[in-house]
Amino acid sequence: MTPDAVTPEPVTPAPVTTGTVTPEPVTTGTVTPAPVTGTTATGGVAPDAVSCRGLRYSFGRTKAVDGVDLTVVSGEVFGLLGPNGAGKTTAIRCLTTLLPVPAGTVQVFGHDAAKERMAVRRMIGYVPQQLSADASLTGRENVALFARLFDVRRRERAERVALALEAVGLADAADRMAGTYSGGMIRRLELAQALVTAPRLLMLDEPTIGLDPIARTGVWEHITAIRAATGMTVLVTTHYMDEADQYCDRVALMHAGRVQALDTPERLKAALRDRRGDDSAPTLEDVFRDVVGGDLGASEEGGDFRDVRRTRRTASRLG
Amino acid sequence: MSAAPAGRPPVSAEPAAALGLAPLLTTPRARPGWWVLPARVGAMCLVELQKLRHDRTELYTRAVQPALWLLIFGETFTRIRAIPTGGVPYLDYLAPGIIAQSAMFIAIFYGIMIIWERDSGVLTKLLVTPTPRAALVAGKAFASGVKSLMQAAVVLVLATLLGVALTWNPLRLLGVAAAVLLASAFFSCLSMSIAGIVLTRDRLMGVGQAITMPLFFGSNALYPVDVMPDWLRAVSAVNPLSYQVDALRGLLLGTPSHLLLDFLVLLAAAAAGITAASCLLGRLAR
Repeated sequence: MTPDAVTPEPVTPAPVTTGTVTPEPVTTGTVTPAPVTGTTATGGVAPDAVSCRGLRYSFGRTKAVDGVDLTVVSGEVFGLLGPNGAGKTTAIRCLTTLLPVPAGTVQVFGHDAAKERMAVRRMIGYVPQQLSADASLTGRENVALFARLFDVRRRERAERVALALEAVGLADAADRMAGTYSGGMIRRLELAQALVTAPRLLMLDEPTIGLDPIARTGVWEHITAIRAATGMTVLVTTHYMDEADQYCDRVALMHAGRVQALDTPERLKAALRDRRGDDSAPTLEDVFRDVVGGDLGASEEGGDFRDVRRTRRTASRLG
Repeated sequence: MSAAPAGRPPVSAEPAAALGLAPLLTTPRARPGWWVLPARVGAMCLVELQKLRHDRTELYTRAVQPALWLLIFGETFTRIRAIPTGGVPYLDYLAPGIIAQSAMFIAIFYGIMIIWERDSGVLTKLLVTPTPRAALVAGKAFASGVKSLMQAAVVLVLATLLGVALTWNPLRLLGVAAAVLLASAFFSCLSMSIAGIVLTRDRLMGVGQAITMPLFFGSNALYPVDVMPDWLRAVSAVNPLSYQVDALRGLLLGTPSHLLLDFLVLLAAAAAGITAASCLLGRLAR
C-alpha cells in the first residue's frame, strides 16, 4: 500500500546485520548474568563514537537517566532498548546536546558534549521521534535547509541534496510538498535531511514508531544500506525488540534509567539459554524480561503523559 | 568479563560508490564564526519565502484587517477631524501606524509557530544543527520580518490607492524596511520569550491577546502622544512600537521625527529581544 514496499535503487543491504556477529567463541564472562554495563572500549586508535560515563539526568525529582555507562564503537549499529519511560529519549537528548549533561561525561568521537557542543553537532545527524519534516515545504527544500544549516557550500549543495534524496528513494517525490508524503516517506525524508550533512553518527529516536510493518522494513533497509555505504555509526532507540534483534550489532537494555545489560543480541540470548539450561530459543524480549526480572510490572507505569502523548501523536500523524 | 565489542569495522568508500553516495562522505567544513549569523538568518528567511510561495493565502487574508483599518477607521476619523495631527490629513497620519500595527500583529503570535515546531520535532532538530541559539533566534526573528515586509508593502499600496501622499524615495523606503524588520524582530522575540515561559499554545494565545491591545493603543499609532494621559505617555515612552511609528512617519510623510533615537531604540530592543528569547529557548527543548 505504501510506497515503502518497493525498495528503490539496487539497495543490497549487504551482509551487514546479525548473522555474522558470533564467529568468535563467546567469552566465559557472558555466562554470568551480571549486567554488562559499560563494555570496554577497543583501545584502538579511532575514538569511540559515543562514550558515556555515569550520565544522570533528572526532571524535578524523577530520575530519568540514573547513571548510564555505555560505549558505542565506531561503525556499529547500536540499539538502545527499553519500554516507554526507560530513559532512552532523555539519554539520547543528552548525547545530542539538546539537554545539558548535569552529571557524568558524554563524549562523541572524543568531543565533550557539554563543552564542545558545536563540534559534536557537526558530527551527528539526529532524527527525533516526532515527524520533524516541515509539511509546508517540498522534500527538496526540507533537505536543502539542513544542507544550509550545516554549511554545505553552495556549489555542491544541489548535488548533495539530490543524492541524499536519491539514496532514500525520494528522487521522484522530491518536489512534492512533504505534507503529501506517507509516514514511511517522511521518515526517509528525515534520513535524507541527516544524510546530506554527512554525519559520522546517525541518531534515530524510535524511527519506526507507528509505521506499518512494510514501511518499517523499508525504513530499516534504508538505514542499513546507508550505513553500509557510508560506514557511519548508527545509534537507534526502539522498543521493538524484534527490530533490534534483526538490525542491531549490539544492544543496551535500558530500564528505570539504567543500562541493565549490554551485548550483541546473540550473546544476550545465548546467555539466557545457558542460564535456563534448556533448548528453548529465547527472543530478545525474553532476555529483556529476564534482565528486568519481576520489575516488568512497574515498567507498565513507565512513560509519563507527555511521553505517551508524543508517541501517540507521532503514530496518528503517520496514519 | 569484558565482551569484545562486535562492532564491525567501518565499511570503506567502496559501497558508497555503488550507491553513488561518494560526494556525501565528506563532512562540510565549518564556516568562520562571523559567517554563521548572516548565513542562518538567510536560510531561515529563505524558508519563509518558500512557504509563502507555496501558499499565499496568508498574505491575502492578512491584508484584510489593515485594509479595514484604513478604509473604515481612517476614512471616518479623517472626516471627524478630532485628532490633532499637525496639519497632516488623518488618513496619511494613520497609514504608517497601520503598517507598524499589522507587522506587530504578525510578529506577536510568532511564538505559536515555535511551540508548534517544538511539538512537531522541527525545533528539536534545528537545535541540534551547528547553530548557536542566538543565531537560530535571530534567524527566526528576521524570518518573521519577511512576512511583515510583505504586509507593509500591501499597506503602502493600499494607502496610495486611497490617496495618501507617501514618499517613493528608495532610500527612505529602505529605511522603512529596516524599521519594520527591526520592530518585527523585537515583537517576534517577545513572543518567543513568552512561548519559552508559558510553553503551550493556548496560554500563549491568551498572553498574546492580552498584550497586543495595550501595545497598540499605548503607542502613537492612532493618535499623537500629546493627547494621552500621563500614565499612557509613560507606556508609550517604553513601547518600541511608538518609536517604529515615529520613524515610519518621518520617513514616509516627512513629518518631524527623531530618526536617530528611533533606530537606536529599535536596534537595542531587537538585540534585547534576541538575547531574552535565546536564553528561554532552552526551556522549549526539554
